[in-house]
Amino acid sequence: MAINFSLIIPEMLVAGLALLVMIISLLVPKDQKRGLAYFTVFGLIGVLVVLYFMLDAQGTLFNGMYIVDPFGSFMKILIVLSSIMAIMLGVEYVEKFITGFLGEFCFFVVFATLGMITLVSAGDFITLYVALELMTISFIILVGFGKHIFRASEAAIKYLLLSALSSGVLLYGLTLVYGAAKTTSINGVMEYIAQGETAPILVLGIIFMISGFGFKISAVPFHMWTPDVYEGAPTPVTALLSVASKGAAFGVLFRVFMHALPGNQELWMPIIIVLTVLTIVLGNFVAIPQKNIKRMLAFSGVAQAGYILLGLIAFSTVGVSAALFYAMIYVFCNMGAFGVIIAFSQAGGGDEVQDYNGLWKRSPFLAAVMLASLLSLAGIPPLAGFFGKFQLFKAIMEQGYVWIVFVALGMSMVSVYYYLLVAKAMYFKDPHEDSPIKVSLPIQVTLLAITLITLFLGIYPTPLTNLATQVAKTFF
Amino acid sequence: MSFPILSSILLAPVLGILLILFIPQKEDKLIKIVAAIATGLTVLLSLIIYANYDQSIGGLQFVENIPWIDDLGVTYGLGVDGISLPLVLLTALVIFTGVFASWGLEKRVKEFFIFLLALVAGVFGVFLTTDLFFFYLFFEIAVIPMYILIGVWGSTNKEYSAMKLTIYLLVGSAFALIAVIAVYLYTGLGTFDIQTLTQQTYDIGFQKFAFFLLMIGFGFLVPMWPFHTWSPDGHVAAPTAVSMLHAGVLMKLGGYGLIRAGIFIFPEGARFWAPVIGILCIVNVVYGAMVAMSQKDLKFVIGYSSVSHMGYVLLGVASLNTLSISGAVAQMFAHGIMTALFFALVGNVYNKAHTRMIADFGGLAHQMPRIAAGFVIAGLASLGLPGLVNFVAEFAIFVGSFRVYPVLTILAISGIVITAVYVLRVVQNVFFGPRNPKWDELEDVRGIELVPIVILCGVLLFLGFFPSFLMELINNGVDPFVQQYLTTPKVGGMF
Repeated sequence: MAINFSLIIPEMLVAGLALLVMIISLLVPKDQKRGLAYFTVFGLIGVLVVLYFMLDAQGTLFNGMYIVDPFGSFMKILIVLSSIMAIMLGVEYVEKFITGFLGEFCFFVVFATLGMITLVSAGDFITLYVALELMTISFIILVGFGKHIFRASEAAIKYLLLSALSSGVLLYGLTLVYGAAKTTSINGVMEYIAQGETAPILVLGIIFMISGFGFKISAVPFHMWTPDVYEGAPTPVTALLSVASKGAAFGVLFRVFMHALPGNQELWMPIIIVLTVLTIVLGNFVAIPQKNIKRMLAFSGVAQAGYILLGLIAFSTVGVSAALFYAMIYVFCNMGAFGVIIAFSQAGGGDEVQDYNGLWKRSPFLAAVMLASLLSLAGIPPLAGFFGKFQLFKAIMEQGYVWIVFVALGMSMVSVYYYLLVAKAMYFKDPHEDSPIKVSLPIQVTLLAITLITLFLGIYPTPLTNLATQVAKTFF
Repeated sequence: MSFPILSSILLAPVLGILLILFIPQKEDKLIKIVAAIATGLTVLLSLIIYANYDQSIGGLQFVENIPWIDDLGVTYGLGVDGISLPLVLLTALVIFTGVFASWGLEKRVKEFFIFLLALVAGVFGVFLTTDLFFFYLFFEIAVIPMYILIGVWGSTNKEYSAMKLTIYLLVGSAFALIAVIAVYLYTGLGTFDIQTLTQQTYDIGFQKFAFFLLMIGFGFLVPMWPFHTWSPDGHVAAPTAVSMLHAGVLMKLGGYGLIRAGIFIFPEGARFWAPVIGILCIVNVVYGAMVAMSQKDLKFVIGYSSVSHMGYVLLGVASLNTLSISGAVAQMFAHGIMTALFFALVGNVYNKAHTRMIADFGGLAHQMPRIAAGFVIAGLASLGLPGLVNFVAEFAIFVGSFRVYPVLTILAISGIVITAVYVLRVVQNVFFGPRNPKWDELEDVRGIELVPIVILCGVLLFLGFFPSFLMELINNGVDPFVQQYLTTPKVGGMF
């Protein structure tokens, strides 16, 4: 059987880039790795362009083990975009705090990217698991970067142990589903379920799968690792972890549940609904008392995962398109917020919310970017997050879940409270020291682009909604 | 397409923001001048619209429609009619005078005007838009700048008040949002266009549900008792220009939304819930006035008087006939001008004396005759003296509502008596009486500080003597809707 290799050009490019970066990094002297980082960025931008032109491509490879479709390509764009931003924002941070490891940082990010983009295209449980592990292992290394940083090592160990556990649970779930369906391919499982048989073993398998994926997207009650790892990991890694790894996990979650398991949604939908509501409520409430801004963003990320899950509950084109829109917006908002944290800590600032006191005076630019990013996360217009939430609410209300809209909207108001606490520190308080913060050019450019995109998509979301709607049709 | 004059009103403050962004921090004067020009432009444009609005045709005019989000059927639609035009004019007047009221500001001038103009752009948007989605969007745009404006430049308990105000307003808007999505899904037309939605028929159960959500949602903004507590706190804490805008305009968003999105789209739902609004608004009127009477801080007096006066607006809305609703719109306009004037005056006093406690003052009319004169005019407007525009508005409301709720109307009129008590008490204790040598240092307002006082007093008096300039326009906007959707006014009511 002829294999259409043109469909996996992006994956091949990323794999080639990873190896290339690894080799070049050995040849370049330790103090001149910055060029390498920008080379990686350009390489990834190339991949992004290829992906953009491949958005309409559709097909399967290797007997259905690998699926290329608009949905996958959309998620890949999201992932590659996050990696580009993480490297752009992280270069100087890594140079300063993890001196001498910039090359390694770059190629591990690319490896993680490879894992993530393969994950969202997985058409078979084997591919799925391999890709998931490639992503997870790369992330474990990235989290533990800087072996002299005690916190990072702690975070890495925690992430390693809990990832191993969750992978085990997921794997167990997959084998149980395999046991029932006698196939590992997603299409096969769909056909099996379409026959209408429901073996208890299958139900158990689905529950295990939910908890396995729940860990990756940090849904309550599988979120416990999130704050500790986010806090301990180097901030650029946290940023990447919070958007790309979550995005990839959402990609595969949507694919498995919408593609393979729609036949018995009455079975798993209640579980998802309970998890979603718990995630939104707990994430938002626990974020309130957080004093550390990275922990606060971790819990806010937990809550945001709940909002994206609403798209799955809606189980419609509108729902998926809203979730895709929101996931993409979430990348920009979160990257914006973490970008400010990176720039701030480079200037010697701490990670406590109160360290941000009077940021408007020290750097009006950083304060404005942080404010815009947080308000977008809170869903305040004219920023993009508002429209994302609006669509999600509309999508689930269409399915008649009015009570979930009430809960989600109410919690969204709660989130405004803790996001505004940061705004309060930045704008109302006087700074501890007056020295202005100098923001380096790459960070400035990235943050400016992020903010403008957030603002633009908030005022005129049509380009992205049209794209997301088109992509969402993959499933229906 | 003709010149997009409404978009220009919306964009004038935005343009101001962009210009100010590029002016260096220390050029205070220039920043203020840019803000004054940007807001002056909005006054000019709204006056042009007022002059060119063709009352013989009525309905929405100066309409602009640009498809915005195809997927959702959202249209960037602007248009004004007899209901929104007075409120656009009000917004323009209040913000223009508000800029002059903040002329003396020295702290972080650049940011202040950026946030102030952002706030006002949102408010204009709410009154100008004809699309329910944009209505909600513009409202939310107005909330966050308010938070920062109060938190940074405010006084008295500012951080608490700022947070309280923001959360209350957002919770209110959340209720409205659910109603907005519900009506969108219910019609299934894929449009948020308010006019189209108004022409649809809805079954009675849905009307009750949706109107209830809107009543609570906009009730938070009006503010309707018992959701009012954010408003006096917010008024007191806010800096002068923000108090003016907040009490003068922002509270009107609730009344406007209730009329435009509430009773016109869901007349049956409105009829069902009107008695509830009727009773709550009496609590507003009487309770607000009573609380205002016992306040020691001048700004709190005005803050609670706003709660009380907005009760009249709600009474007009609840009575559901042409006269009362026209009165409600007129009252929103009149109250907006009057409170803005009050806050401008109190702001001036506070800037000079650094206190707002009534007990500290006495005989200020000797030192500050112009402020005293302004305060007396505002006070008389507040107690509904004929010759000032508030009288016209309140009179219309009472005549309209008496037919529907005679008992409630009598109770509401008693509110005027209480208002007279506290207003006159404040005027007497602060401005009259023997000269207090402690305040001899104070200078009266002069020069540019006089601009807001003169303009606002002028509007109160002019429209008081020639109310037809305002009332005919409003009637023109309200009547067609009432004729069409509320043709059989429910006479009698609960009492």
